Amino acid sequence: MSNGPFALWRWEMLWSDKAVIFDGFVTTLLISILALLFALLLGVIFGLLGTSDRKTLRMVNRVYVEFFQNIPLLVQVFFIYNAFPFLGMRWSSFMIGVLGVGIYHGAYVAEVVRAGIHSIPKGQFEAAKAQGFDYLQMMGYIVIPQTIKIILPPLTNQAVNLIKNTSVLATISGLDLMYQADSWASQGRLSYGPAYVVAGVLYFIICFPLASWARWYERRIKSREHIQLSDNAKDELMMMAEDVL
Amino acid sequence: MIYAIRDVFTPPNIRFLLVGLLYTITISVVTVGMSTVFGTILALLRNYEKRILGRIAGVYIEVFRNTPLLLWIMFCLFVLQFGSTFFRGTLGLTLYTSSVVAEIIRGGLNSIDKGQFEAAESQGFGIIGTFVWIILPQTFIRVVPSLMSQIVTTIKDTSFLSGYAIAEMFYRSKMLISMLPRQGITITGTHTLTTYGMIALVYFFINFSLSCVVRHMMRRHHR
Repeated sequence: MSNGPFALWRWEMLWSDKAVIFDGFVTTLLISILALLFALLLGVIFGLLGTSDRKTLRMVNRVYVEFFQNIPLLVQVFFIYNAFPFLGMRWSSFMIGVLGVGIYHGAYVAEVVRAGIHSIPKGQFEAAKAQGFDYLQMMGYIVIPQTIKIILPPLTNQAVNLIKNTSVLATISGLDLMYQADSWASQGRLSYGPAYVVAGVLYFIICFPLASWARWYERRIKSREHIQLSDNAKDELMMMAEDVL
Repeated sequence: MIYAIRDVFTPPNIRFLLVGLLYTITISVVTVGMSTVFGTILALLRNYEKRILGRIAGVYIEVFRNTPLLLWIMFCLFVLQFGSTFFRGTLGLTLYTSSVVAEIIRGGLNSIDKGQFEAAESQGFGIIGTFVWIILPQTFIRVVPSLMSQIVTTIKDTSFLSGYAIAEMFYRSKMLISMLPRQGITITGTHTLTTYGMIALVYFFINFSLSCVVRHMMRRHHR
């Protein structure tokens, strides 16, 4: 019997334990969806603060974004996992996945939302105000509908990054896909090869369609060009669309 | 809090962490450097070679961009059978980062005016000459800010190596906490909090300063 890292019997063993991997896949999906919702909520709130006229509110946006974007997610997760209990907060790894990963990506979403709103020409805001719209009406009827179209591609890329980043939970026994694949492999006679390949394929199955859709949609709105953007905002959004992590 | 800082951050311990920081920065710079080389090749192939090699480059980029970094680090560490842990860890980081850098470079290539190619051809440059002397220099100048922010990302990403006995800064800070009892210190919650907190701050200041530089460069670029 061959003993290579991809030997046939390793695949057979993995197939008979497929329920474990599937469990991890479902957990990753669930954590990703909840974390994404949380990130969107935080991102919209802090992104709007970033476009405020008041300096203090813009400062709140900057502090949140810079703080969470410039510290590694893994360090944040370890801090919550190891240091929070001393502050009387014991979060389960599932909660760390949803809230920790959500807060981290909320900072990226906030930047996307802020850049998106900034890309709407000033005249639109002035026109809305001139027509007697209040802040909520202006945002709800004029600004947000135009913003959503432009920020959907970078937002989708953020969703892809978020899904990939939930894999950090593997380092704190998060029961997610990466963890299940890794722990199955280390228990099952070191069959890392098949476990990682299958995990990779499963991540790819979720992420690739999202990323492809984002690219297709971006190309479509670019070719129509019905939204007039300032050059600066266009570059910023382009970079975000490319940015991974 | 003060006593914990005094316990943890003694001169030898600080030196211990600083060596880790040096590792972190070295790994990041080497990774981004190698990824720039490999990423440029991938980008050129994907953009201008429409047959087999171009397809392969496209598949490579999509596969690596749509799967987690941690997966590739673990793959290189546990499935590959050659080189040191350090080498394999950095390799995993580089393979992944190359796909990201390739897309950054491709963005730069696509922003070069078509006229540049025609002008180069009319001046008698061959294909290789056109890229080496005309297209790539302009591309690199344009993508410098994005490559710099990729260094920030990679500095954050090196922390993934900490789980696998690669002695970068975060690994050393975890080790430091476990070493404290041997230095005659009873670990309290405050020790754990301050150590992780300070390490987070070190990451923050390095990455924040770098991102400020990037933003400054972008602003100059727009003027």
